[in-house]
Amino acid sequence: MTETSEGIVKTTDLKFYYGSNQALFGIDANITKGKVTALIGPSGCGKSTFLRTLNRMNDYIPGSRLEGKVEVDGADIYSSKVDLALLRKRVGMVFQRSNPFPKSIFENIAYGPRIHGEKNKETLSGIVETSLKNADLWKEVKDRLNDSALELSGGQQQRLCIARALAVEPEVLLMDEPASALDPRSTARIEDLISELRGNYTIIIVTHNMQQASRVSDFTCFFLEGRLVETAKTKQIFTRPECKETEDYITGRFG
Amino acid sequence: MLRNKSSEYLFLAVCLTVLTGTVLFLLVLMADLILDGVSRLDYQFLTSFPSRRAARAGIAPALVGSVYLMILVALISLPLGVGAAIYLEEYAPKTWFSRMIELNIANLAGVPSVVYGILGLQIFVRYFKLDRSLLAGALTMSLLILPIIILTSRESIKRVPESIRDGARALGASKWAVVQDHVLPLASPGIFTGCILAFSRAIGETAPLVIMGALTYVAYLPDSVMSEFTVLPIQAFNWISRPKVAFHVNAAAAILVLLTMLLTMNAVAVLLRNKFETKLEL
Repeated sequence: MTETSEGIVKTTDLKFYYGSNQALFGIDANITKGKVTALIGPSGCGKSTFLRTLNRMNDYIPGSRLEGKVEVDGADIYSSKVDLALLRKRVGMVFQRSNPFPKSIFENIAYGPRIHGEKNKETLSGIVETSLKNADLWKEVKDRLNDSALELSGGQQQRLCIARALAVEPEVLLMDEPASALDPRSTARIEDLISELRGNYTIIIVTHNMQQASRVSDFTCFFLEGRLVETAKTKQIFTRPECKETEDYITGRFG
Repeated sequence: MLRNKSSEYLFLAVCLTVLTGTVLFLLVLMADLILDGVSRLDYQFLTSFPSRRAARAGIAPALVGSVYLMILVALISLPLGVGAAIYLEEYAPKTWFSRMIELNIANLAGVPSVVYGILGLQIFVRYFKLDRSLLAGALTMSLLILPIIILTSRESIKRVPESIRDGARALGASKWAVVQDHVLPLASPGIFTGCILAFSRAIGETAPLVIMGALTYVAYLPDSVMSEFTVLPIQAFNWISRPKVAFHVNAAAAILVLLTMLLTMNAVAVLLRNKFETKLEL
């Protein structure tokens, strides 16, 4: 694989406030295209907040405020001209707890393409199949696409949510601790899946699990108290981190 | 230990006594009504107009008036109430203004119905010159039940988990798409149940219509929303206040019809809820 360092998501002096509580203190980050970037750090360090600024999911928090700049492919996503629907089509998201719609498996996947204007039944079926295959779920559900998504197991539900996010063909996929509520086997499948998606998508994943970060990611960003302390290749950060705090956290001295 | 146990039995006994007392009271009331009224319940009674002779009198205008009133009330209050609930839950910014509105709605739900009658008389009957029409009655009744509809609809909307909204938003769904595709379908069983219960309150209410001067003797069926009208509780009220015992029998029969309507509606509400309430525990 050739090493390219083309950035796709870039933040400049990004600050975020929950009311009078500042959560992010000037984050300058540059996320590499087509790679997996892990965001690590102790609870409350702002990594989830940071993740949610990238597709503007924080917009719904009353009293919250953002300063600085977030760019996706060079375009400021907080400019007033931005079409939120389009932004979220390009920057998809998978949540900590699987949240399938209480509808059929088919409808869960087809919903995204449908709200973006796809009406053709054949095309939708094709998208559903491809997405489920990409999320490594097709074999398990291909004979029961019309069953309720709520009948799936926890791990299957989370892969369904990944398939649902893939169905609108995003460029960037945000994952907020996607495996934290799953058993080790389901977690392993999600990690395999992330490795398979690498290259085709830019993946930004928040995780509390150090091993997971070292297994799945190319780059790692270490957050501490609302600051981005260190960004480096994962191998480097786990073997010889530059900052003292990073080393202390990774070796389990705190957090 | 022993004392503990005996006090537990005592508590159970008190509960059971209260329960049987209440149910017995209701049963006696129903039995009395049925004994009084059931002999009078026949096709003639349902299809005849009021008459000076109790044996020839019937509830046709009142029954039709009640049904029409309920349909009109549903048409007016359902879109307004559900719309208001959606606005307050999904759109309204949480400012002191929206909190004021919320507080007012909660208070309005507790205002005695007579007050709505006075309001209806002044605004709809006199100011808008709707007279004592079906429309004026329906508007007044809609006002009466709007707070209830808004409150129950909001509760149902609130029960839709935030994670579902997040899931849809993250795919690029607009605010309205989230409401239309996810919130409303999931909330609708609860909304409809609440609405049906509110409608059944509307057809049982008498006071506001008495204040507005709804007629007690109507010898024709209402043919437009501007027609004068009467409803079952008013017809029953009128008969029961006459000295002749034969009219009291009529009143009992009319109340039986009203009760049947109410119980049917409540049963439908319960069935709806049981059938369509999707499991939302995620």
